[in-house]
Amino acid sequence: MNNFAFQTAASAKQATGAFRDDKQAAYLAGGTTLLDLMKLNVLQPSQLVDINSLPYRGITETPDGLRIGAMERMSDVGENALVMQQYPAISESLLLAASPQLRNMASIGGNLLQRTRCGYFRDTAFPCNKRQPGSGCPAINGENRNHAILGTSDQCIATYPGDLAVALIALDAVLHLESAKGKARRVPLLDFYLTPGNTPQRETTLEPGELITAVTVPAAEHARKSKYLKVRDRASYAFALVSAAVGLDVQGGTIRSARVALGSVGTKPWRAQAAEQLLVGKAATEANFRAAAALALQGARPHKHNAFKVELAQNTLVRALQDVAG
Amino acid sequence: MSSEPKFFEQPAGGVVGKPMDRVDGRAKVTGAARYSAEFALPGLTYAVLVTSAMANAKVSLDTTQAEKAPGVLAVYTHLNIPPLAVLPNSPDKPKGWSPPMKYMPLSNNEVQYANQPIAVVIADALERAQHAATLVKVSYQAAEPIASFEDPKAKLFDPQAIQDGKTAGHTVRGNPKEALAQSAVQHKATYTHAINHHNPLEPAATTAFWEGNRLTVYDATQGITRTQTSLAATFGLAREQVRVITQYLGGGFGCKGSCWPHTVLAAQVARGVGRPVKLVLTRPQMFTSVGHREDQTQTLQVGATKEGKLTALIHEKTSTTSPWDNYAESNSKIIGMLYACPNFEASYQLARANVMPSTFMRAPGEAPGSFAIESSLDDIAYQLGIDPIEIRLRNYAEKDSNDGKAWSSKSLKECYARGAELFGWSKRNPKPGQTRDGRYLVGMGMATASYPVHSSQGTARVRLFADGRAVVQSGATDLGTGTYTVMTQTSADVLGLPPDRIRFELGDTTLPTAPNSGGSVAAGTVSSSIFVAAQDVWRKVKELARADSKSPLYRAKMDDIIVEGGTLMLKKDRSKAEPFAAILERARLTDIESTGMGRYGAGFEGDDKTTDQNSQPKTYSMHSFGAHFCEVRVDPELGTVRVTRWVGVHGAGRILNAKTARSQMIGGAIFGIGAALMEATERDQNFARYVNADLAGYHVPVQADIPDMTIEFVDEKDPYINAMGVKGIGELGMVGVAAAVANAVYHATGKRIRSLPITPDKLLGTAATV
Ligand SMILES: Cc1cc2nc3c(=O)[nH]c(=O)nc-3n(C[C@H](O)[C@H](O)[C@H](O)COP(=O)(O)OP(=O)(O)OC[C@H]3O[C@@H](n4cnc5c(N)ncnc54)[C@H](O)[C@@H]3O)c2cc1C
Ligand code: SF4
Repeated sequence: MNNFAFQTAASAKQATGAFRDDKQAAYLAGGTTLLDLMKLNVLQPSQLVDINSLPYRGITETPDGLRIGAMERMSDVGENALVMQQYPAISESLLLAASPQLRNMASIGGNLLQRTRCGYFRDTAFPCNKRQPGSGCPAINGENRNHAILGTSDQCIATYPGDLAVALIALDAVLHLESAKGKARRVPLLDFYLTPGNTPQRETTLEPGELITAVTVPAAEHARKSKYLKVRDRASYAFALVSAAVGLDVQGGTIRSARVALGSVGTKPWRAQAAEQLLVGKAATEANFRAAAALALQGARPHKHNAFKVELAQNTLVRALQDVAG
Repeated sequence: MSSEPKFFEQPAGGVVGKPMDRVDGRAKVTGAARYSAEFALPGLTYAVLVTSAMANAKVSLDTTQAEKAPGVLAVYTHLNIPPLAVLPNSPDKPKGWSPPMKYMPLSNNEVQYANQPIAVVIADALERAQHAATLVKVSYQAAEPIASFEDPKAKLFDPQAIQDGKTAGHTVRGNPKEALAQSAVQHKATYTHAINHHNPLEPAATTAFWEGNRLTVYDATQGITRTQTSLAATFGLAREQVRVITQYLGGGFGCKGSCWPHTVLAAQVARGVGRPVKLVLTRPQMFTSVGHREDQTQTLQVGATKEGKLTALIHEKTSTTSPWDNYAESNSKIIGMLYACPNFEASYQLARANVMPSTFMRAPGEAPGSFAIESSLDDIAYQLGIDPIEIRLRNYAEKDSNDGKAWSSKSLKECYARGAELFGWSKRNPKPGQTRDGRYLVGMGMATASYPVHSSQGTARVRLFADGRAVVQSGATDLGTGTYTVMTQTSADVLGLPPDRIRFELGDTTLPTAPNSGGSVAAGTVSSSIFVAAQDVWRKVKELARADSKSPLYRAKMDDIIVEGGTLMLKKDRSKAEPFAAILERARLTDIESTGMGRYGAGFEGDDKTTDQNSQPKTYSMHSFGAHFCEVRVDPELGTVRVTRWVGVHGAGRILNAKTARSQMIGGAIFGIGAALMEATERDQNFARYVNADLAGYHVPVQADIPDMTIEFVDEKDPYINAMGVKGIGELGMVGVAAAVANAVYHATGKRIRSLPITPDKLLGTAATV
């Protein structure tokens, strides 16, 4: 680990101010991604700005829906009654993630910004375009069982590994950001994550020094009838091989609205809007679910060890849809 | 000594076998127990390894910046590290040298495997050493590495012998090829096994310091004597100049069974800086420092009659080995002995690659070997419509087919019967793919377990005090499995004292020599040596009494005196009795002590009948046996497998503590379920470097993966094993587990998975087939 400066920010202004003349500064929330990658020398920030005392708290019901402060902990949000009842996919995505200890530390803002679990990215002995642009991507011809099949490029095939973002993106969540200049803006989560293209080092549209302050999620029938299904190599405490977040509003056997997203198959949390459109107006039958799942995986580009994800993702999606359709 | 019992008979009210709580439990949960990295010696310094990014290279290092970093005492590379007296690859390596590694990092500028140590940084604080390590600049002159036996660049060869010469590279019994060709049933299958790592909770750690020419190391090792011998040889010292201490160990599973380079490096740099040095391996370093279970493929051909009786077994194994050794687990041993089969052939093929040597890992050979034979036999059972237990009974081995010897004891039939009863085997639908529970396919499978009793010997000292307490010592180690506890129980029974009057000490080379805690030998050998030593203590006390005119036992014959609960008495007239304390007091002795040697094959029947002069077994083949029963629920669409029920019934000689033994068997089954369903270290085939070398990437089972387990032991009295009749259970519980799981998965789905681990990707498409 490198030497770094440390400060505790008492206000957003102080926090964002740290980035004015130090582009290598980093915010510290729960630290479960940041410190991990610092110990591996993957991240080497010059300065840590502890944002844990910033007032981005609260899990509240607003006229538009749910509002979660960025500094809320995964465990508190996952176990919140409002979230569990009205937005079950969000609760499930949190409680199926990581371990209780990690969930007690990790924040919502930090969770959305967690980095890929690609083993080549995490070990500085390997080349990696995401860590060191232009150095190459050993995963493409290497151990790529956990890698992405959607949204990949010739530069990078790493997945976005997190769970929460998949549920949030399915349910049209909006991020609330505050910039270094004190400017607030809102970005739909759908527009927040980037595919690698030729710049795999850029993962989101977050500006340097910009803070995530909150996440809002519109209330909807498909949010109340939502589900997060996670398939993994062991029963608990593992990242997903494949996951699905779905929401359905079914009235009299006909689907009125549908939300479909996939996790750990894409280079970003993968919303499948074509699949949603296919479902709307149709009967909630397995055949229609299968057709939607096939559409969601259209264009998948598997590599040597991850072809199974094409079938697994479809089966997972169908299963999740069946479960919410009841 | 002739009057002494040679085989342990439990005294009335004895504690051996009872589910006694761990005597070290309190020390562990309060933190009082000190592990090898927890000795805060005055002036302690901290070593951090700089390891190679490349797997095949020559390095040159620039340490200027690192040396200038705050708190740094020294940076050692191959150019300036204090030299060793001998190198493991030198032809004149002395006797007793036992490191598994025939190459010593930092002995030259070569790198032969990824993450090989290339420099050691020592600083006054761990963090300062860690930081300075990042400042060492390395230039590589790299060549393409060979990643495994599957690498197109790899050259396969037929070794004369594997495992340091312990197993022949090629064995034939009978006429297997011909027998196979004439068999009604011919079955051929190939099995693969992922690379597995031991991953004990406690990482490898060494704290080393020198006093002149005397070296002391606190080392996380399963064998203090082996480490002592190796360090003495390496540094050109006498054994008595090296002291190795291991008070507590947080698991080992074989990876701490040898003296690996990091221990030698710690001692080397401690000599260089002239202060105590602590070196703790990081979790990623654990994947490239202390061995692993090698990547391997096995092809097993089985010939059988229409009745399912085995006629031929032909086994071939191909695996990866390091640039210097011929290590492979000897899978064929269990394949050759588990069932009666007249014709057998086994051969090994190796390829050298740029990898750290593999090493023994819990049930080395037996675990992957049993996966092959127990899966193939299951296949044949289905093919012939024979119940899996029945086919095993039809091939029940009345003697060891490998050497023709009779068993010293074998309770396998009882294990099958009792296991089947506990599990409800009779309710199983014999047809695969037929049992559903909602979305799940339910499957039941079973497999046989077996593990040899390895040849071993060791010593213990018993010191009995006139105040009614005793100190019992043996240089064994406790891997966390309960050695402290079971030896306290043994001592209590053989001395007739309550367990709280016994202090059992282990883990120090100043104590009597004990074997490595490995190969499941520790419990039997150490408990036997305590038993033998205690008998000699009583012999001495009896001698004192007989010679003491004030004793009621004056002039009694040795054979007529018995000891019960610490009181000596005449066998025929129990009123003529006296507590040992009174005898010692009159002799003005505060205590009396003896050492004893416990040996393999030295049970009731006597040394002469069961061993030759080299302590090799003469008459009996000694093994423990058991049966596993497994129920799984498979989600055919998602490919997930969950073990939902587990029954294990085993016969393993005398069980010293019902509670710690049960924990051992559960641990073994969980270890096996890990290998069966999730454990795999992935080595990049271009870089010969692991990509998931931490506990987030390498999955071991968590609570949610493991159901409640039923474990029973069949009572077994084996007077041939050793004086206590203890066979040892460290590895037995894992043998056959992967097959029991795979057999249950087959029963659930009709899909036979021959490649471990059985991850969801391998089961997709199952839904369509059933
Ligand atoms: C062993 C292990 C297993 C895990 N398993 C899972 C899993 O199964 N599923 C899953 O989804 N996740 C998993 N995780 C990831 C975990 O959920 C994330 O590490 C965690 O959510 C990150 O939150 P944090 O508050 O600790 O972030 P930090 O580590 O503090 O920060 C992460 C990043 O976000 C930035 N940041 C933090 N907060 C803000 C903010 N408000 N505004 C702007 N930038 C910010 C930081 O600068 C940093 O770059 C696992 C992690 C580990 C270590
Ligand atoms: S997949 Fe992306 S993160 Fe992984 S090695 Fe390639 S470039 Fe790096």
